[in-house]
Amino acid sequence: MAGLAATLGSGAMTDSISNIKDADLLFVTGSNTTEAHPIIGLEMKKAVRRFGAKLILLDPREIELADFAYLHLRQRPGTDVAVLNAISHVIIRDSLANVNFIEERTEGFEAFATSVREWTPERAEILSGVPAQDIVDAAYLYAHARQAMIFWAMGITQHTTGTDNVKVCSNLALLTGHIGRPATGLNPLRGQNNVQGACDMGGLPNVFPGYQPVTDEAIRRKFAAGWGVELEHLAPKPGLTVTEITRGVLEGQIKAIYVMGENPMLSDPNLNHVAEAFESVELLVCQDIFLNETAQLADVVFPAASFAEKSGTFTNTERRVQMIRPALAAPGQAWADWRIILALAKRMGAGWTYTSPADIFDELAALTPQYAGMNHARLADGGIQWPCPTVDHPGTPVLHVGKFTRGRGQFVPIDFRPPAELPDEDYPFLLSTGRILFHWHGGTMSRRSPGLDAIAPEAEAEIHPTDAHTLGVQNGELVRVFSRRGSVVATARVTRRSSPGMIFMTFHYAEAAVNLLTNDAVDPTAKIPEYKVCAVDIEKFTPPVNKEILNEPESIFTHA
Amino acid sequence: MLNADNIIPTTCPYCGVGCQIDLHVKNGLIYRVNGRFDNAVNHGNLCVKGRFGFDYVHAQDRLTTPLLRHARGQSLESTSWDTALGYVTNRLQTIRAEHGPDSIAFLTSAKCTNEENYLLQKLARAVVGTNNVDHCARL
Repeated sequence: MAGLAATLGSGAMTDSISNIKDADLLFVTGSNTTEAHPIIGLEMKKAVRRFGAKLILLDPREIELADFAYLHLRQRPGTDVAVLNAISHVIIRDSLANVNFIEERTEGFEAFATSVREWTPERAEILSGVPAQDIVDAAYLYAHARQAMIFWAMGITQHTTGTDNVKVCSNLALLTGHIGRPATGLNPLRGQNNVQGACDMGGLPNVFPGYQPVTDEAIRRKFAAGWGVELEHLAPKPGLTVTEITRGVLEGQIKAIYVMGENPMLSDPNLNHVAEAFESVELLVCQDIFLNETAQLADVVFPAASFAEKSGTFTNTERRVQMIRPALAAPGQAWADWRIILALAKRMGAGWTYTSPADIFDELAALTPQYAGMNHARLADGGIQWPCPTVDHPGTPVLHVGKFTRGRGQFVPIDFRPPAELPDEDYPFLLSTGRILFHWHGGTMSRRSPGLDAIAPEAEAEIHPTDAHTLGVQNGELVRVFSRRGSVVATARVTRRSSPGMIFMTFHYAEAAVNLLTNDAVDPTAKIPEYKVCAVDIEKFTPPVNKEILNEPESIFTHA
Repeated sequence: MLNADNIIPTTCPYCGVGCQIDLHVKNGLIYRVNGRFDNAVNHGNLCVKGRFGFDYVHAQDRLTTPLLRHARGQSLESTSWDTALGYVTNRLQTIRAEHGPDSIAFLTSAKCTNEENYLLQKLARAVVGTNNVDHCARL
């Protein structure tokens, strides 16, 4: 979210789910919405079919939304910047820009206009494979719309150019003034139920809760007072990111890792490298509801309660803070995560006195400006969207009305950079990764639901019929997909959804962990790894006689 | 037809949409889930995961006791909360004393609540004294 924080001053979805139906243009890129965010996908379909909105889809794959799209631009993976810069080029060239908006609410337009002058649709076509005329059409549709919403998800951010990709989307909205009004804006769709909350609560190395920088002495003073510790005790230097932490273990400066409710051994890129780090760290502590791949390596594992066994709040992708409530007792001796941390902090000498999540919320609201007006009693009557500065404030469905969080919206000139690893002679195919409807993330939850696992029981590799023919692979046969970093076996799904030269796999399956293949090259600002593009080769796989042991030599994991 | 012992309104734990759901509970089992209509998020709708994806809560392999490995190469064994918490406290304090607070790193969770994420980063910053706090949302 570093991209939006830089251009607007706030890294979150600017509009609301309930406004989607009012938009007359939806621009969706890098989001397979109907599978990864099905209920938002439903709102998009409703906007198109019932209310007559037009949908522009910028996506390399023929996903379900393509059936609803007025215009589908199928770019080569990793060329988003080229296409979006060319759309900006056309908007400026043909005088479609919102001049008043640019003058009143933005800065940096001149430098930006100069930077896209060379980005003709014809040049973008050469790089991206998207016909120049389609780029021109997209520019006219977006600029002429009354209310246009841009959506993206990990298809935009999981690149080494992730921050750039977000900024070029932001440039488009600033150019046309499609932001700061209902049913407009820049709308990143968050992949996990409480990613937004984890960021809001300071689960980041450079900020305290509420995105308040650790480098700012006034902010450190505020937290020192709020937490009852000495100012000197709060470190003024930003800490390390996930990828830097695993590297830090191998380089010797990180000695202990404490993991709460995550499975980096399945979700991180270039897994063989991550495994080495987690195996060699001096102390690994996990708290989780299952003995996942990471916990299997731990020195201590604390049993945690699931969402159905505790109370608290999650913040959804549209910044709405909502309650969860206990329906069951936790199994055995499992404790809610907050209770585990509280017990540990007390042992380490902290004088914490919380007795419930409501107490904790009151403290975090006092220190987090966006949450200041919320408490559990208010949230019990329904979710509230931040910012909510006072107890009588109704919450904020649309951000940046009248004024951006940072003052003026910042145009940012972005040059095109190719992905870190592209297909070559040795690894001629491009692998992209993502989700399917029936499973979720590392599969810890969904794969334990027999109904879901019966529908989608095994890892598949999508391959275009042309490539399948060349390789002599039939639909349903086994293939081995391998990169410079690792190798997995999956079932071939021969389909036109992916383009020729492209393989698509999901990361839901531990026994065919696609992140053994992916590249841990990261975006220099947001440090998000490039899951969406790496180079692989693929070959027909003749299985050993016993299908049970099929993946064992290939995977460092056992079946969960 | 089954009558629920309890119907608990809560938030779906899968993706970032945050659908509002009712968990229907009987004899300590979630046997039915429905979408709630009284909100601006899902208007009663649910996807296949939100309606049918909750068996994991009752899975046989849920962790039920703290586990401790006394040395690398040995297996994880069940232990008491007292022993496990004491062990972690001791090891963290030793490592902090020998190598400084920045030798310890914390990963918060996009699956846990705001309250829990807040507490873990407070543990890192206020108790241990490091900003090595991140989560897998970049991923």
